Amino acid sequence: MASSDVARQPDKGVRPLSLAGHVGFDSLPDQLVNKSICQGFCFNILCIGETGIGKSTLMDTLFNTNFENFESSHFEPQVKLRAQTYDLQESNVRLRLTVVNTVGFGDQMNKQESYQPVVDYIDRQFESYLQEELKIKRSLHNYHDSRVHACLYFISPSGHSLKSLDLVTMKKLDSKVNIIPVIAKADTISKSELHKFKIKIMSELVSNGVQIYQFPLDDETVAKVNTTMNGHLPFAVVGSTEEVSVGNKMVKARQYPWGVVQVENENHCDFVKLREMLICVNMEDLREQTHTRHYELYRRCKLEEMGFKDTDPECKPVSLQQTYEAKRQEFLVELQKREDEMRQMFVQRVKEKEAELKDAERELQGRFEQLKRLHADEKAALEEKKRLFEDDQSSFSKRRAAAQLLQAQSLTANGKKDKDRKNSGFM
Amino acid sequence: MTTSSRYKSRTPRSDYVGFATLPNQVHRKSVKKGFDFTLMVAGESGLGKSTLVNSLFLTDLHKDRKLLNAEERISQTVEITKHTVDIEEKGVKLKLTIVDTPGFGDAVNNTECWRPVTDYINLQFEQYFRDESGLNRKNIQDNRVHCCLYFIPPFGHGLRPVDIEFMKALQDKVNVVPLIAKADCLTPLEIKKLKERLREEIDKYGIKIYQFPDCDSDEDEEFKQQDRELKESTPFAVIGSNTVVEARGQRVRGRLYPWGIVEVENPSHCDFVKLRTMLIRTHMHDLKDITSDCHYENFRALCIQTMTSKMNADKRVESPIPILPLSTPDVETEKLIKMKDDEVSGCLKLNNALQQVLHNQDADVNR
Repeated sequence: MASSDVARQPDKGVRPLSLAGHVGFDSLPDQLVNKSICQGFCFNILCIGETGIGKSTLMDTLFNTNFENFESSHFEPQVKLRAQTYDLQESNVRLRLTVVNTVGFGDQMNKQESYQPVVDYIDRQFESYLQEELKIKRSLHNYHDSRVHACLYFISPSGHSLKSLDLVTMKKLDSKVNIIPVIAKADTISKSELHKFKIKIMSELVSNGVQIYQFPLDDETVAKVNTTMNGHLPFAVVGSTEEVSVGNKMVKARQYPWGVVQVENENHCDFVKLREMLICVNMEDLREQTHTRHYELYRRCKLEEMGFKDTDPECKPVSLQQTYEAKRQEFLVELQKREDEMRQMFVQRVKEKEAELKDAERELQGRFEQLKRLHADEKAALEEKKRLFEDDQSSFSKRRAAAQLLQAQSLTANGKKDKDRKNSGFM
Repeated sequence: MTTSSRYKSRTPRSDYVGFATLPNQVHRKSVKKGFDFTLMVAGESGLGKSTLVNSLFLTDLHKDRKLLNAEERISQTVEITKHTVDIEEKGVKLKLTIVDTPGFGDAVNNTECWRPVTDYINLQFEQYFRDESGLNRKNIQDNRVHCCLYFIPPFGHGLRPVDIEFMKALQDKVNVVPLIAKADCLTPLEIKKLKERLREEIDKYGIKIYQFPDCDSDEDEEFKQQDRELKESTPFAVIGSNTVVEARGQRVRGRLYPWGIVEVENPSHCDFVKLRTMLIRTHMHDLKDITSDCHYENFRALCIQTMTSKMNADKRVESPIPILPLSTPDVETEKLIKMKDDEVSGCLKLNNALQQVLHNQDADVNR
C-alpha cells in the first residue's frame, strides 16, 4: 500500500466538471473491494498482560475458535513473545491473523526491563518491512505484513488504578503501536466500582501523556458510534469458550454459584463493544494508522539515524539517490584518510623500532669493547706473571745446577779422602 | 479422672476435691485480663486486604486512606502501618492490631521487597526479648506478630516468584496463612484446580505455612469431620465486602453484580466463614502459642548465640541482658580433657588386669 494522501487538496489548475450522464467510475470502490477480497486480508494483534490474565481465552472468544494455547509458567526468567499465525475465513473473506502473546510478563521480581522484548519485537517487524521497501527488486504486494496493527493491553482488575508496570510499558509503546487497553477478568468488579476504575485509569493515562488509540471520528458513517465507544474505554471484558444454557439458548458464559456471567450480554461486560470496535468497524483503520503513523515515524527515525535528510544544508530538496552518492563519497574519503593514517603510523613505528634497535646495537658494541679491553688487560697481567715465574724458574734451576755441582765436587773430594783413608788403612 | 478438654460439673460426692473448676477459674481470669492479637496482612495493592479485614472484624478500620497513583508507585518502597483497635464481645475484650504493608509488590523493581516486613517482625521479637529479660516484667506489651495473611492473586496459574520469596522469607518468623484473594472471579472448578496447584507448589518449594493442629483422637466425629474439611480446603478462597445488600430476604454482607449477588458468608460462595472460624473462633490462641513457643524461641536462641559469639570475640563487651555463660570448651581444655581421659582408661585397664591376676591367684590358692 503506497503512502496515500489523506485529504485531496483542490488543485489550482483543475476545474470541477459536471457529468451529463452515467459514466461508470463509481464502481471503482467495488473494484478495489474485489481485488482486496481476492488478495485476502492480514491482521496482527499483540496481547500484553500478566500470566493467566486471560489473553488466550479472550482471543478464542473474539474469533470464535480455538487457537492452540498452552499455559505458561510463572517462572520465566525474562519476558518472551510467542507469535502464531492462522488463516481464518468468514463468508468469502479470508483473513491471515497473527496473534502475538507475551510470556512471563509481570512475573519477574525486577520488571524494569520487561518492556524491552516487546519494543524490540515491534521494531523488528517495522525493520523487516523497511528493508523490503528499500530493496531494489521488491515484491510488496506479496509481502506478508507482520507489523503489529493493534495492541491489547490487559489491565489487572485491582479496582484501584493502573499498576506501575502498566504505566511504564504503555508509555514506551504508545508511539509504536495502537494501544487498546482492556480490563481483564471484569467479572470481579461491580458496576459502581467499574465506573470509578475506568475514570481513574483514563485520568492516569492522560496525566502521564500516554496516547492510546482513539476510534476515528472523521468518517460520518461511523463517527457517532465511535464517539460513544471512545467514552467507554477501557473496555471491561470477560472471556469464555464454555457454553451455558440460559433460557433456551446456549450462550458463552461463566457459571458461578451466584449467577451466570454472559459474555455477549452488554449489561454484564463490554465484550460485544470490543468485538465491534476492534473487528467489525475499525480493523482497516487500525491497519492504516499503523502504516501511516507508526511505521512512518519509525522509518523517519531510522533513516535520520543513518544520516539521510530530506533537505541538504542549503535547504534544497535532496533525493535519496543524491544522498546515497554523497554518503558513498564521504565514506570513501573517510576510508582513504584512514588508510593514510594507518600507513603513516606504520612508518612511524618502523622508524621508532629501527632507532631502538640501533641504540641497542651501539650499547652492545660498547660493552663488547669494554670486555675486550678488560680481557686484554688481564692477559697482559698474566703474561707479566708468567715472565716473572719463568725468570724465577730459570734462576732456581741455575742455583740448583750450581748446588749440584758443588755437591758433586764435595762428594768426589770426600770420596778421594775416603779412598785415601781406606787405602791408608789397609797399609 | 478429669477429661482433657471439656469441663463437666459434678454432683458433690464424698470424694469430691474440687479442682474440676480450674477451667472456670482460667476463664474468669482471662476475661478479666483481656486478650491481644496482632494480625499482619500482606499482598499487592488492589487484592482486597482492607476489605477482608473489615469483613472479618465487622468494623471499618481504614477510614480515610490515601491510595497512591501508578506513577507514584513505580519506585515505591514498602511501608509498615499499624492500626490498633479495642473491640469487645460478650464481656471479652480484644486488643486487635492490624499491621498493613502498603507498597508490597507495587514497584517495578521488587527485589527484596520483603525486607522491611522481616525487619519489622524481628524488631518486635527483639523488643519482647529485651522486655522479657528486663528486671521489671510487670507490664510487657506483646507486639509480636501472631499471624500473617498472605493474599495470592487469583488471576494467575499459581504461585509467582514474588509470592515464593516472600513466604520463604517469613516462614520461620511468623505463622503464614496464604489466601486466594478476590475469589469471585473463579468458578468452583477453577478454585479447586488453583487450590490443588497452590498446595502442590507450596510442597514443591518447601514453604512452611501454618498447619492446623490435629484434633485429639477422642473428639467426636462431627468435630473431626469439620477439622478434616478445614484442612482440605486450604488455601482459603476469600471474598470481602464493605457493603450490605439484600439477598433472599435477608440483609447480608455481599457484592452486587448484574448477574447475581455474592454473599460473603455463604459457604458455597467462598471460604470466608472457614477463615473466620479458623482465625478467630478456634485457632486464635493456637496461633499465639506457636508464635511464642516456636518462632520466638527460635529467634531468641539465634539472638543469644550471635551475642555470645560476639562476646567471645571481644571480651570487653558487656552482655546487655542477663544470660548464663555458655560453657564452650576451648582447644587447650579439650586436649587436657582428652589426655586425662586416656590416662583414666589406661588405669582402668591396668586395674582390670590386676584384678584378673589376683582372681587367678585366689583360684590357685583355693585349689
